[in-house]
Amino acid sequence: MKSAILQHLRVIRFTFQRLLHTPGASLLNLIVIGIALSLPVGGYVMLKNIQGISEQMAGTPQISVFLALDTSQDEISRFRKQLKEHAAIDHIEFAPRDLALKQLQLSTGLADVIGGLTQNPLPDAFIIYPVAMDVQKLELLRDDLKSWPKFEHVQLDSSWAYKLEALLKFARLAVLILAAMLSFALIAITFNTIRLQILTQREEIEVSKLIGATNGFIRRPFLYFGLAQGLLGGAAAWLIIAISLQLLNYSLANLTHLYATSFTLSHLSLSDSISLLGFSAYLGWLGAWLSVSQHLWQIEPR
Amino acid sequence: MIKFNQVYKRYPGGHEALKNLSFEIAEGEMVYLTGHSGAGKSTLLKLIAAIERPTSGSAIVKGQNIKSLKGSALPYLRRNLGLIFQDHKLLFDRSAFENVMLPLQICGFDHRESAKRVRAALDKVGLLKREKSNPIALSGGEQQRLCIARAIVNRPSVLLADEPTGNLDTEYSGEIMNIFKSFHQVGVTLLISTHDESILRQFPARALALKAGELVI
Ligand SMILES: Nc1ncnc2c1ncn2[C@@H]1O[C@H](COP(=O)(O)OP(=O)(O)OP(=O)(O)O)[C@@H](O)[C@H]1O
Ligand SMILES: [Mg+2]
Repeated sequence: MKSAILQHLRVIRFTFQRLLHTPGASLLNLIVIGIALSLPVGGYVMLKNIQGISEQMAGTPQISVFLALDTSQDEISRFRKQLKEHAAIDHIEFAPRDLALKQLQLSTGLADVIGGLTQNPLPDAFIIYPVAMDVQKLELLRDDLKSWPKFEHVQLDSSWAYKLEALLKFARLAVLILAAMLSFALIAITFNTIRLQILTQREEIEVSKLIGATNGFIRRPFLYFGLAQGLLGGAAAWLIIAISLQLLNYSLANLTHLYATSFTLSHLSLSDSISLLGFSAYLGWLGAWLSVSQHLWQIEPR
Repeated sequence: MIKFNQVYKRYPGGHEALKNLSFEIAEGEMVYLTGHSGAGKSTLLKLIAAIERPTSGSAIVKGQNIKSLKGSALPYLRRNLGLIFQDHKLLFDRSAFENVMLPLQICGFDHRESAKRVRAALDKVGLLKREKSNPIALSGGEQQRLCIARAIVNRPSVLLADEPTGNLDTEYSGEIMNIFKSFHQVGVTLLISTHDESILRQFPARALALKAGELVI
């Protein structure tokens, strides 16, 4: 048992020696793998960030209803009652036009302009908090409200967030397709690297077979090599994204400063990072395994 | 230990390298394999190590039938055989020491224990001082002896040597034969192919003579 572990450790050490044996080629491979992986993973990171920002800004959905200016107080209290009884509505707020004007006066510093008005141009408004959250039901409710008399203008707030969500769904699919294609590329890169290694070590493999090496023994260093290359390629992708985010955050800081908000783009979470490394290591291993199964049996000593 | 019964070997292309071979080698025996170039000596040794398979007949080595031996059992058969190749098959990308180390690595030996064994084997063939040399820097005779060291380091019960004294002068041949004799004395089964008559006279033992693929004695 102990000697089996020691033997594995020796193979692992040997694998890294092999990686370091041709530092230029190894580094180039890692950069290629890193860039290939950083495209879909970077896309994923951006999507996550955009989603986070949109959720933060959208808050809970609400529908604003602006009433016609000639709506009477009687009508308003009737609407209030009807809205409260509506099954799709959780609760409502009423914003009387006088109050809205006062707020406008206070908050915008347009007091002089507004003071000069002969009549209040603002309508009475209901702010409606629906029960449901999903976009279809919200749109249904909005269309229903639009058909009510005196409901002059009905607006589903944060509808942009829902449009964005639909767009993000599409982008997510694009990232997924990209990820699938580049995973395939990673497998192909490893396949080819291992193929070349097998060719250059043909004699060693032949002699090892002659003096009693099992297929497992011969296969192992190649599989470890593929695994290590995938793992390090994944780490390279992680680094590439980290550096890119750093640069983006730097220029984003200047931008958001102007709008008095602050966002920073965040990197992969710990569990996502571990998934990235695990997945890229697995792909490397898979590429090596395919290559070894394809090429090793062709080398039979004579 | 080794038992052949009506063994034929035809290479792809149709050349019949061995015809109707039947013989037996007992445990601990030392046997020569003689014959002219192309007689089939190497082919016979390759059959024993399952590098080639018989076309027909039965070849039993250490109780295993070579013809039907599974690929997964093959490495374990070979670990019991020490193979000395006509063309040495040394690896030139590593030192003499590492060449001899290879069979022990394959068997998963403890590193420190193997290092001791490698030095003992190199000492036995007189190459201890050259352990760090690349085999390419060794003379033909030294390469031959390095190949022997690699074959014996695993302490196999059977040694198969394909022309181990080919291209060597008589002094070196004698040295190598003395090494083999010392293995014979500790009970190792030996099959040595040669076309060197003087060795047979100097170190007499039973000989299997091949002529165009057939056994003549
Ligand atoms: N892989 C092969 N394919 C086809 N024919 C072969 C192959 N190997 C050997 N032969 C033929 O089989 C015959 C026996 O060859 P083998 O190598 O066994 O002879 P040998 O006795 O070892 O000769 P030498 O003393 O020159 O080494 C030869 O005629 C050779 O051409
Ligand atoms: Mg030969």
